[in-house]
Amino acid sequence: MFKILHAQFIAPNIKRFVIQAPRIARKHQPGQFAIVRLYEEGERIPLTIERSDPELGTINMVVQSAGKTTHLLNSLQTGDSILDVVGPLGKPSEIEQFGTVVIIGGGVGTAMAYPTAAALKRAGNRVISIVGGRSKDLVILEREMRDVSDALMITTDDGSYADKGLVTDKLRQLIENGTPIDLVLAVGPIPMMKAVADMTRQQHIRTIVSLNPIMIDGTGMCGGCRVLVNAKSKFACVDGPEFDAHEVDFAVLVQRNSMYRAAEKKSMDDFVRQREAQLQPVGGGPREACLAEGAGI
Amino acid sequence: MSSPAKPAPKKSSNPLLNRERYKLPRQHMPEQPAEQRASRFTEVNLGYSAELARQEALRCLECAKPTCTDTCPVGVKVKEFVQFIVDGDFLAAAAKIREDNVLPAITGRVCPQEDHCEGGCLLCKKGESLGIGYLERFVADYEQQHMDKSTIAKAPPSGKRVAIVGSGPSGLTAAGDLVQRGHEVHVFEALHEIGGVLVYGIPEFRLPKKIIREQVDYMRAMGVQFETDVVVGRTVTIDELLEEEGYDAVFIGTGAGAPQFMGIAGEHLNGVYSANEFLTRINLMHAYEFPRYDEPVIDFRGKPVAVIGGGNTALDAIRSALRLGAGHAYVLYRRSEEEMPARREEVKHARDEGIDFQMLTAPVEFVSDGNGWLRAARCVRMELGEPDVSGRRRPVPIAGSEFEVPLAVAVIAIGTSANPIIQTTTPGLSTNKRGYIQADESSQRTSRKGIFAGGDIVTGSATVILAMGAGRRAARSIHEYLTTGAW
Repeated sequence: MFKILHAQFIAPNIKRFVIQAPRIARKHQPGQFAIVRLYEEGERIPLTIERSDPELGTINMVVQSAGKTTHLLNSLQTGDSILDVVGPLGKPSEIEQFGTVVIIGGGVGTAMAYPTAAALKRAGNRVISIVGGRSKDLVILEREMRDVSDALMITTDDGSYADKGLVTDKLRQLIENGTPIDLVLAVGPIPMMKAVADMTRQQHIRTIVSLNPIMIDGTGMCGGCRVLVNAKSKFACVDGPEFDAHEVDFAVLVQRNSMYRAAEKKSMDDFVRQREAQLQPVGGGPREACLAEGAGI
Repeated sequence: MSSPAKPAPKKSSNPLLNRERYKLPRQHMPEQPAEQRASRFTEVNLGYSAELARQEALRCLECAKPTCTDTCPVGVKVKEFVQFIVDGDFLAAAAKIREDNVLPAITGRVCPQEDHCEGGCLLCKKGESLGIGYLERFVADYEQQHMDKSTIAKAPPSGKRVAIVGSGPSGLTAAGDLVQRGHEVHVFEALHEIGGVLVYGIPEFRLPKKIIREQVDYMRAMGVQFETDVVVGRTVTIDELLEEEGYDAVFIGTGAGAPQFMGIAGEHLNGVYSANEFLTRINLMHAYEFPRYDEPVIDFRGKPVAVIGGGNTALDAIRSALRLGAGHAYVLYRRSEEEMPARREEVKHARDEGIDFQMLTAPVEFVSDGNGWLRAARCVRMELGEPDVSGRRRPVPIAGSEFEVPLAVAVIAIGTSANPIIQTTTPGLSTNKRGYIQADESSQRTSRKGIFAGGDIVTGSATVILAMGAGRRAARSIHEYLTTGAW
């Protein structure tokens, strides 16, 4: 069991957890992730590690409610526990002095980009960050990103905060202004990462994306997270999660991520029904506690 | 140490003459009817009764030089434990097996006995071999039901600590043997359950999870400690275990690891699985109990499913698919039945359940329905040519034989390659050109002092019992290393 030392919503449906996980905290490097399982009947899902503190033995995870498992997770509170947390998984980000790097974070993807941005800054790069969200509420980690960036730009799809538009609008401006860019890292929704890749491909700017396919074991054993990179199968859990954006087949990623849509919908629908049927919190294991305390629905 | 085994009786209590023993028929294993079991995950074989076990045990010829023991990778003293069964002292029989095999309820179920003990049995010369696997299973299950685990004594501590990486058959065997010699043993497992391939790879209908848990509990009672959710190489490195966590030796038994794909078009389509993923979803994650468990598999009820390959993993996958409601279940294998590496009993069980074996058949492309989902496999028929490096005749495609098999799901079970996580994070650990860890065949020593390795991560895909044999040899040489310090 992994204890939640602190849990707090940082945006609607997006919660930050500080988790006691000394082994993971000690080894985590930017770009790596963890896999969690909440209860005995639960699935295993990969989640972002936003930062780690080796001295305190803690890791921070930032979680957006999407399906049943993330809804249940986001209903957990300070003092609760998570049954399994395993990591850090995946290859760390490549950290060296590239020159000028542009870090693009879309929605909750910003949490994955943040530790890499911080490390690139420490490595002596000029860091220009572009953080986007659908609306004001969904722009996360603004302060943290500002702290590690030489320049920070913010966009919202609906214009409710900062500049109305997409992160790619800002990237285009940078390119058109003649800003020399040595590396782009984009982490966010697949259409965003694809749009970034399409834009930088023309300019021959090296671009990295962090992929989020469906995963089970996270150790390279099952091959469920395979993605098509340069027309070859790669396992995101051990060969990634970061890949050269210009070689990634995003259409296959979208297609494979849709594989269990029917089952995911059934799980979510059953969960919502159960939640609604349960007016009073009930005792029992973590699953019951989750059901009773569910948030964001 | 487990309760000390009684010495084998000097004289057998078996009253039958050898020629009478030859005449006794091999006792059949009671099993669920094929039509019933094909739709459920409960165990196929039901196990011998005490009476059937005694009847079968009476067939043992009690050879002066028992080849059954010589051909067993862990050297189980078959003749002696079978004599205890004849005597009706089943707990003594179990203790006798445990001297050499810490997982008898598992090997009794999944070992390819025809390649080892039963293959060497002299009864084969005139009929069917002794049912050694069935007897081992009976004795192990009897022990589980009747033994008081509080009587399991712990060996006096040696003061030495050993880390075991991976809780599959090789790791569990090494752990059991080492704890019996008084060493402090700590097993690290990457997944959330103990058992490795026994848990994620072998289905419930062949090896119930309950059996694995019982065997693991037995090892806990012996003093073995387990820690799940640790991916050695990522969560902690081998060098950190040795230098910072105070382990005196490490055994690496992480298994073969990464699934192989065929490199043909359409492998990324929705509906194409590796056997590892398909079986992990079903076994470890209980997808067959969806939606009570969260992890699903694609809903292919009433639709055709095929597995590509001819080993035990292939059969486990396709028999699982059948139980999940596949409308038609194929095995597509590029060689002929004679070359199939699967355990004989599994082939028979699969056939009885209605699996359609298409021999000398190989897919050349997975065909999309236009929306990213598998629609069919385009296949070719093969013929057998000259023997290849494996000694088996090489399959050669027959020109113009292409045809399509409509499929909703295809499961690729053509083997695995080395998972590189440990090798790439342990400086100085030598690997062969295929990426497997190099270890001495008898001592299981690697190129690094204090680090031993065995099982599939050394040999490539093999069997549970061969991995156990490696775990056993490793335990012996780890003990020697810990006692003498000599490398």
